[in-house]
Amino acid sequence: MNTKAGSRLEQVLKAGEFAVTVEVGPPRGPNAGAVIDKARLLTGVADGYNVTDNQTAVVRMSSIAASKILLDEGLEPVMQMVCRDRNRIAMQSDLLGASALGIRNVLCLSGDHQKASASGKLKGHPGAKNVYDIDSIQLVSMVAGMRDRAVQEGGDPLTEPTPFWIGAAWTPLAPPTDFRVFRLAKKVQAGADFIQTQAIFDLRAFAHAMQQAVELGITERTFILGGVIVPKSAAMLRYMQRNVPGVVVPEALIDRMSQAKDPLQEGVAITLELIAGLRAIPGVKGVHLQAIEAEHLLPEILHAVGLLPRPMGI
Amino acid sequence: MIIAEWKPIAEIVARLEGCRSILVAGCATCVAECAAGGEREVESLAPLIQMALAQRGSPVNVFTATLERQCEPEFIEPLFPRMNTVDAVVSIACGIGIQTLGDRFDPIPVYPGVNTTSLAVREEPGRWTVRCEACGSCVLGDTFGLCPIARCAKSLLNGPCGGTRENGKCEVNSDVDCIWLKIYERAMARGKLEALLGIQPTRNWSNSRHGGQKVMIREELRP
Repeated sequence: MNTKAGSRLEQVLKAGEFAVTVEVGPPRGPNAGAVIDKARLLTGVADGYNVTDNQTAVVRMSSIAASKILLDEGLEPVMQMVCRDRNRIAMQSDLLGASALGIRNVLCLSGDHQKASASGKLKGHPGAKNVYDIDSIQLVSMVAGMRDRAVQEGGDPLTEPTPFWIGAAWTPLAPPTDFRVFRLAKKVQAGADFIQTQAIFDLRAFAHAMQQAVELGITERTFILGGVIVPKSAAMLRYMQRNVPGVVVPEALIDRMSQAKDPLQEGVAITLELIAGLRAIPGVKGVHLQAIEAEHLLPEILHAVGLLPRPMGI
Repeated sequence: MIIAEWKPIAEIVARLEGCRSILVAGCATCVAECAAGGEREVESLAPLIQMALAQRGSPVNVFTATLERQCEPEFIEPLFPRMNTVDAVVSIACGIGIQTLGDRFDPIPVYPGVNTTSLAVREEPGRWTVRCEACGSCVLGDTFGLCPIARCAKSLLNGPCGGTRENGKCEVNSDVDCIWLKIYERAMARGKLEALLGIQPTRNWSNSRHGGQKVMIREELRP
């Protein structure tokens, strides 16, 4: 198989297998044990494990360090990198370091604004200065240059190419929805090998967006993984519906959760339906699963939809 | 225009205790337009400072002046004869005016009475919103006259992030439009979607603060 970075995720997708990635949020502390515990809980359930980069602008263990801990546990990280906190100098330096540590997947994101850090129960750092020297699409281009041409963004050569399988995000259902597919096309043109979408709850709306992506030929040039968040309560769905732009939650789903005797079990049932629904949409090549503070549910979910065991020998 | 907002009175007077005579200086240009540092504001701030200092047991003489343009030395000059009796100055001009005054009257301390916040426009009475960051490399020709550097919370150059709310507002501030949504709408209205489809490359920020202290030279205007 001809590969760009040789990561497991790359090989699974290129082999035509329906890929599974899951999210592993690093701890708000220095304890490697917290990452190791999650790693052991989730060993074998996914092809790649997304390690978030200070998501919602709350300080956590760095995604590079947590990614390395996963590697040591035998799991393949998808290291997330955001444009909020570092300029192009620091980002390239960290990419070289991550590559040296054996990290082979990187997901390029703009990143939540620092004001988001104070939106929940935590104080965060809303008074922090942000960077945004480059944006997520420029970051994709930069990583592609480091890999394909062994060149830094400023034009200086690297001693050798930096192998990364490059990912980017897609929020198909945020306004202006008609433009979102074109912005996706820009990411793919910049060099995005795979795409993880914002969480999908409205399969019909997403199927329409996917149809646009297919018609533009985007699905021939990148691998799109549909995002799924395991709903745990009606309140959680309502919160996302009202407060997370781009996450469209149909009212019927909230009704269903609020009437459920066991909301968590109902959430698992909904998740199974969403995964099955995503698999049926032309052009979808995998799922990206998030079970926030409920990672223990993931093995059961993936088993139930027939996605376990993950392909061996890759 | 340059806009500014009053600092809390407590912060201003904390620096003035022990002074016997102070000047409150305004500017009749930008900060007057945004109702922060013009003559009216000078005349309202002066008695507030006087009262606050009296309450702290530090009575003070306050005199006032509103200069036509505090950033131009020739407008400052007429004040000079009065400065020998002044212990400190509170300027409610923009940061440029405050520094120009401070240079001319050195070593008399000139304290800011306002926070200079941005280059903005008065959208409607009582509401000003930023339009320009003086970034030194104008992109308005590519973005249908709407600035994403100043008006996108992430200064994005390649379209909106995922944080555009259902009502078209920005996820960072529900009171302002997602400027990339507006750029897209203008592009569509003009039949120019293709202008937004190319990848905008990384920017050179060196013609702004990031390139070190900015100096502009126009040789033909030099003495």
